[in-house]
Amino acid sequence: MKHFSFGKFLAHFFLLIIVFIWVIPTFGLLISSLRDKDQVALTGWWTALKHNEFNEIVRTEKSTVQFKENGVFVISGNLLKNSSSKSVINFGITSKNPKAFKAPSKVTMKNGSTFYLQKDGSYRWTSDKEFKHKKGKRIFLTVNTPPSLTLENYKEVLVFRGLGQSFINSLTVAVPSTIIPLIIGAFAAYALSWMNFYGRDLIFATIVCLLVVPLQMSLIPILTVYNQIGNFFGVSAKSYVGIWLAHTGFGLPLKIFLLRNFIKSLPHEMFEAARVDGASHYQIFMKIILPLSIPAFASIGILQFLWVWNDLLVALVFLDKMPSEIVLTSRLREMLGEFSQNWEILTTSAFVSMIVPLFVFLSLQRYFIRGLVAGSVKG
Amino acid sequence: MTFFNFIVYVVIGVSAVLSYFVLANWAHDYLVGKFSKKNLQDSIFRPWIFMAPALIILLVYLIYPVSETIRLSFFDNYGREFTGVSNYVWAMNDSDFRQSILNNFLWLIVVPTTCTFLGLTIATLADRVWWGVFAKTLIFMPMAISFVGASVIWKFVYEYRGAGNDQIGILNAIIVYFGGDPHAWIAIPFWNNFFLMVIMIWIQTGLAMVIFSAALRAIPEETLEAARIDGASEVRIFFYIIIPFLSETIVVIWTTITILVLKVFDIVLAMTNGQWGTEVLANLMFDWMFRGGGDSGRGSTIALFIMLGVIPIMIWNLRRFKMEQER
Repeated sequence: MKHFSFGKFLAHFFLLIIVFIWVIPTFGLLISSLRDKDQVALTGWWTALKHNEFNEIVRTEKSTVQFKENGVFVISGNLLKNSSSKSVINFGITSKNPKAFKAPSKVTMKNGSTFYLQKDGSYRWTSDKEFKHKKGKRIFLTVNTPPSLTLENYKEVLVFRGLGQSFINSLTVAVPSTIIPLIIGAFAAYALSWMNFYGRDLIFATIVCLLVVPLQMSLIPILTVYNQIGNFFGVSAKSYVGIWLAHTGFGLPLKIFLLRNFIKSLPHEMFEAARVDGASHYQIFMKIILPLSIPAFASIGILQFLWVWNDLLVALVFLDKMPSEIVLTSRLREMLGEFSQNWEILTTSAFVSMIVPLFVFLSLQRYFIRGLVAGSVKG
Repeated sequence: MTFFNFIVYVVIGVSAVLSYFVLANWAHDYLVGKFSKKNLQDSIFRPWIFMAPALIILLVYLIYPVSETIRLSFFDNYGREFTGVSNYVWAMNDSDFRQSILNNFLWLIVVPTTCTFLGLTIATLADRVWWGVFAKTLIFMPMAISFVGASVIWKFVYEYRGAGNDQIGILNAIIVYFGGDPHAWIAIPFWNNFFLMVIMIWIQTGLAMVIFSAALRAIPEETLEAARIDGASEVRIFFYIIIPFLSETIVVIWTTITILVLKVFDIVLAMTNGQWGTEVLANLMFDWMFRGGGDSGRGSTIALFIMLGVIPIMIWNLRRFKMEQER
C-alpha cells in the first residue's frame, strides 16, 4: 500500500471534475432524446429518473353515458385514461383553486352532485337529478408521472422528419469522398516519394503550401464554374459528383502529404530489390505498397470520413436542400430554426447525426487518434 | 435516394477513378512494349500518369480558385467590372466586418490558449491516475462530433426559460438553484462570444490532450529520475524539464487549432447566425456569397482576410519542409 499523497488526491479530484463537465452536455442530449416530448419541454433532463408532477386539465364523460343505479344517476370513468403508471395527487373543480382536494376524496359540487375521485384516476359522479351537461365537466389534476424512456422520438425524426433519408444522403456524400482522395493521393504520394521526375520538389512544396489554404478561398470560383457547367448542359449545378470532387480537392493536400510521409518511411531495400527483379513502378505500387499501406489508409480514411460526415459548409454550398440531397448536418441546422423549441426533436436529431462518428470513434479509436496526431503534427 | 442508389453511386464513383489508373497504366505498358527498343520497365511518362489526377484536381479546386478569388476581390458583385480597391474600402467601413475582425482576434487569443492549457493539464493529470485512459477517451469523444451537433448540445445547455419557470437548460438550472437569475446567454453581447468559444474548446481540447500524451511519453525516464534523485519537486520538474521538452509540441497544437479557429463557421451559423455581436469572417463571407443574389467581390475580399491569417503559418511550414529536405 502506498502512503496517502495529497497531490495524488488532487489529481483524482480535478480530473473527475473535468471529465464530469465534459460528459454532462452529451449525456443530457442522450437522455432528452429518450424522454417523452411533454416532459422534455417542462422539466430538466436531470429529473428524468425521478417522479414528476404535472398539471393536467381533463374532462369527465358527457351526460350521455349516465346510468341509473339504486335511484341515483351515475357517471363513471377514468380521468387518466387507465394509464396505470400515473396517479393523481391533487385535484380541483375550479381554475381558481386547481389543487383544492387531495385524492382520494369526495367533493360536493355546486349543483349538489357528488364527485368521488380515486388516486388511480377512476371517478364516480352521482346525482339525484339527471345530468344535463353537453360537454364533460372540467377537472384540474396534479398528476404524479413516473420516469419513462421511449424510442418514440427516434421514430418521429427518422420517418416523419426526413432524417432517415438524410442519413443515406450523408453516406452517399461521405463514402466516395473518402475513397476517391485516398486512391488519387496514394498514387501521387508514391510518385512523389520514389520516382524521379522534373519538378517533383516544386510540386511537393506547393502541396505543403496548399495544406493550410482555407477552403473559403475556393468556394466562390468553384461555385461559379459549377453554375456555368450546369447552365451549359442544362442540368443542376448541385450534384453528388460535384461535392465528391470538391471534398477530394479540399482533402487532397493533406492526404498526399501524410501518405508520402508514410510511403517514404517504408524500407528502401525492398523497393530496390523489386526494381532489380524487373518490376515496374505500377507493379511495385499494386503488389507491395498497397498491401503495406492498409493501416495508413485506415487512419487517414477515418480522418477524411469524419471530416466529410461532419462538414456543413461544403454541403451548404455545393448540395441542394431538397430531400434527396440534403445531408444530416445541413438538415440539423434547418431544424434548429424550424423546431427551435421542440427539444425532443432537436436532441434526437443531433444524436442520430452523431451515431456514425461515435461508432467509428469507439471501434477504431486507435486508428483515429493516429491519423489525427499525424495530421496535426505538420499543421 | 434509396440505399440501393447509394450502393450504385458509390460503385460508379469509385470504379471510375480506379479504372483510370488501371487503364492508363495498361496502355502505358502496351505502348512502351511496342515502341521502345530497349526492354524498359518504365518511361518518363509513368510519374505523370500517377500524378495527373492529383495535379488536375489541385489545379482546379485550389490553385485556380486562389488566384481567381484574389482577382474577384478587385471586381464588382458580378465579377465583371474592375472596381479597384472599393471592396477593401467597403470592408474597412462596414461595421459587421470590423466586428468580425475583432471577434476573430478574440477567438484566436482565447481558444488555442485555453485548449493548449487544458490539454496539457488533462494529459498530465491522466498520467497519474489508474483510470486515466478511460478519462481521456471521454474527453476525446467530442472530437468525433460535428460542430453542428455540438452546437445543438450546447444550445440545450444554454437554453433559457423566463424567471419563475422550470429551467430546462442545465446552466440556468444550476444558477437558479444557487439563487441567481437565469439569462439568455447567447444573446448577451460580447460575453456571448465566450459562450460560443466554449463549444470549440470543448471539441478541440481532446486533440491537444492526445498529442501531449504522446509527447509526454517520449520524455526519457532517466532525465526525470535524475531530477528526482537531485531532489527537484514535481512542480519544478514540470516547469524546468517537461515544458521545455514540449515546446515544439505546443507550437504544433497552437498552429493546428489556430488554423481551425480562423475558419470557424458552423458554430456561429448554428448558434446565432452572427446576431448579437457574434459575427465572424467565415460566416460573414458565407452570408455575402448568397445575400442579394451573391456578391462575389465582397465575399472574395472577406475570404482573403482569412487567407491573410494563415500565411505566416504557411511560410513557417515551408521553412520546416526545406530544413527536412536538406537534412
